[in-house]
Amino acid sequence: MKNLHLYILAAVLLILSVSFFLYKAFILGLPLRPNESVENWEIQAKITFEAKGGPAKLSVFTPTNEGPFTIIDQSFASEGYGLTTGTREGNRISVFSTPKAAGEQTIYYRFIVHRERTAVHGDAPGEPVIPIPDLAGAELTAARGLLKTIHHEAADDDTLVRLLLKRLAPVSQDANAHVLLGNFSTTRERLLVARRVLALAEIPSRLVTGIQLVKAQRNARLSHWLEIYSQDKWRAFAPQTATNDVPANFFPWWRGDKKGIVSLRGGTHVGRSLSIAATSAPALRTTLHASNWEELGLIKFSLFALPVDTQQIYKIILTVPFGVFFLTIMRNVIGLRTFGTFMPVLIAIAFRETQLVWGLFLLSVVIAITLLTRVYLGTLRLLVVPRLSSLLIIVILTMAGVSVLSNQLGLERGLSVTLFPMVILTMTVERMSIVWDERGPGEMLRRSFDSILVAIVAYFIMASSYVGHIVIVYPELLFALLACNLLIGRYSGFRLLDLVRFRVLAGSSA
Amino acid sequence: MFGRAYRLWQNGVVNLNKRNADFILPYNERRYYPLADDKLLGKELAQKAGINVPTLYGKVEYPHEIKNYRDITDKHSEFVVKPAHGSGGDGILVVVGKAGDYFCLADGSALDPRDMALHFNNILAGAFSLAGQPDKAIVEYCVDFDPIFEKVTYKGVADIRIIVFLGVPVMAMVRLPTRMSRGKANLHQGALGAGIAIPSGRTLMAVWRNLVVEQHPDTQNAVMDIEVPDWGGLLEMAAQSCDLTRLNYIGLDIALDRTKGPLVLEFNARPGLNIQIANREGLRHRLELVEANIKHLKTAADRVLFATENFVPNPIQA
Repeated sequence: MKNLHLYILAAVLLILSVSFFLYKAFILGLPLRPNESVENWEIQAKITFEAKGGPAKLSVFTPTNEGPFTIIDQSFASEGYGLTTGTREGNRISVFSTPKAAGEQTIYYRFIVHRERTAVHGDAPGEPVIPIPDLAGAELTAARGLLKTIHHEAADDDTLVRLLLKRLAPVSQDANAHVLLGNFSTTRERLLVARRVLALAEIPSRLVTGIQLVKAQRNARLSHWLEIYSQDKWRAFAPQTATNDVPANFFPWWRGDKKGIVSLRGGTHVGRSLSIAATSAPALRTTLHASNWEELGLIKFSLFALPVDTQQIYKIILTVPFGVFFLTIMRNVIGLRTFGTFMPVLIAIAFRETQLVWGLFLLSVVIAITLLTRVYLGTLRLLVVPRLSSLLIIVILTMAGVSVLSNQLGLERGLSVTLFPMVILTMTVERMSIVWDERGPGEMLRRSFDSILVAIVAYFIMASSYVGHIVIVYPELLFALLACNLLIGRYSGFRLLDLVRFRVLAGSSA
Repeated sequence: MFGRAYRLWQNGVVNLNKRNADFILPYNERRYYPLADDKLLGKELAQKAGINVPTLYGKVEYPHEIKNYRDITDKHSEFVVKPAHGSGGDGILVVVGKAGDYFCLADGSALDPRDMALHFNNILAGAFSLAGQPDKAIVEYCVDFDPIFEKVTYKGVADIRIIVFLGVPVMAMVRLPTRMSRGKANLHQGALGAGIAIPSGRTLMAVWRNLVVEQHPDTQNAVMDIEVPDWGGLLEMAAQSCDLTRLNYIGLDIALDRTKGPLVLEFNARPGLNIQIANREGLRHRLELVEANIKHLKTAADRVLFATENFVPNPIQA
């Protein structure tokens, strides 16, 4: 059989790729659809203080990845301040310092936190420390009394903590609790009292400070809860809720008795405000933890082992073969004629960033101006390479012009013109003008139309969140695409437009 | 749609995918392409093998040679200047005489020596070559066209195209310029294409922009049944060209000279498929017949005989 080798190769690729895909989809249970629900929050902290005029140094706790939470993107804005980060008491600490500061100072810190919805929560980090009780006198007596009553009802550490928190709650009528609490009334203060009582019972505990991830809140408040070490792991208890379970939307920021703003030197009147907002920032690490993929160790060899921003780039790169595959079909099966082999796909990639309508407008402007220049350069009879270099300069100048003009007009989208592939545009204009000279303007317009058509459809394919999700979770499908390309490579049947071209030959022979 | 595709397939119409995948890629080795793409190489090769080509008067390969072009042109009053890698007849200057320092061109205009030097410059700069690559200029004999097609040609010159597969001439046509094609012999630009019967060398009905026509649209003269002189010699020449170029699927462009007979203008490694429209017949059946019988066809004469016996026109009725 003709092409047997090719068919076997394509079949092997196809079977391998599809079976790996099916295994991952149905046995490992990786998601087939992108996770539509928003599981990202953008949190912004603003810290202000009055600097005394000399050197100033501010230390704050900043969060790290933990359990189901991943910090995707974080940034600091602090004019004139240097930033160093380190670890203190198991927390990450960021230190802003400046040699000289006077007057009102503002430091911004923002990050995006992503939560895996179906993730199995890992254990909280940190080793337990056997606590040393620091109670004396009336407090010690009250604490002992409190523990004694609780011990009668509690079967294990868990219930003990729950009962203790209940007795230390604001509505509690317990006399011993009143002695211990004194004037303390905030949640944080109550939890610190609970820690002292737990120390007496020799249960390691620690205070957790975090934030509740709600849809949107300005001037958000910090939440506090308690972790005790029992049965070889840290267990969390929230004083604010009826069952003392910590809600899934409590994001731990730091641990320990310290406040978030650890220290400030060279300033006074420190103030902070927090705001929180759910965002639709890309959620890539979807429900991977839920599958046994991780247990098999496969995740280390997947794209998810890469840093988040690299994953983002691959999410775009891996969709390109799908756009190119569409282009292949359009050229070799339908018979459309495009400028250059990959030009429409590269334009489609640029459309991802510029958005379609703006992209088309910007593309038309750049091409029109460059093409006019090319017509003029044509009369000068330049050698090829200098001619292309000159065109490239015109393309770049046009792009710069569009940027400056749209900036003046306040059209932010116009700035995205920089994403156009300038070298490809140059080659496209060159080809357009050659086709114009050799085949006439009609043919040039037809090919331009075909190219734009392919670019638009390729854009919709490549920008689809579904395709983006599939390629990053199932990159092995690219082997199936390779097999399809191999088969098209030997397709010798009619192109759709051949049927028009050879229509006079469709009659019957005598 | 599928009905039409099926009929086209049944009629043996070869499309671009099939031509590339089943004939050009397997039968034409890439390393021999330059022989077809470079008219200068092709010409030298053909001359060595004794195939008639327009005599090479000279060539200009490097810019510093341009100032000496008159060393070549002064010896001849009629000549043609063309780019070695040109396509579609672009960049060809036909000089039919001289008036003092001026060159008289076939279209009636005149060129001074500086303009002629500029033209050489443009050719070398790649202004007419396919991908704009730097090129060479050829100065050669100006074909004194046989008047056989004069009545069915509007300005410009008719040329004969023969598709040769594995040394067997499989299909032929003559391309007749029209007013619409502006004197050019390209079918897609509006030239008339008339199939030529392989056994007899007589023209068939012509096709003009997908219309079957009996007369030339500009001169109104009948296109059918014009007999190409020395058709046997032409077929012989075509049959030899495969051995020469080592390309097994080529298109041969031939001009008929009044005194010298048929002259090969160029070899084409990717000949177009419009010849099927001009003949109103698909190529596939003929190509497959050649594939099946080629092992019995040892000499060029065998192959010509095979072609004349088997390729009787069988045009598709519209």
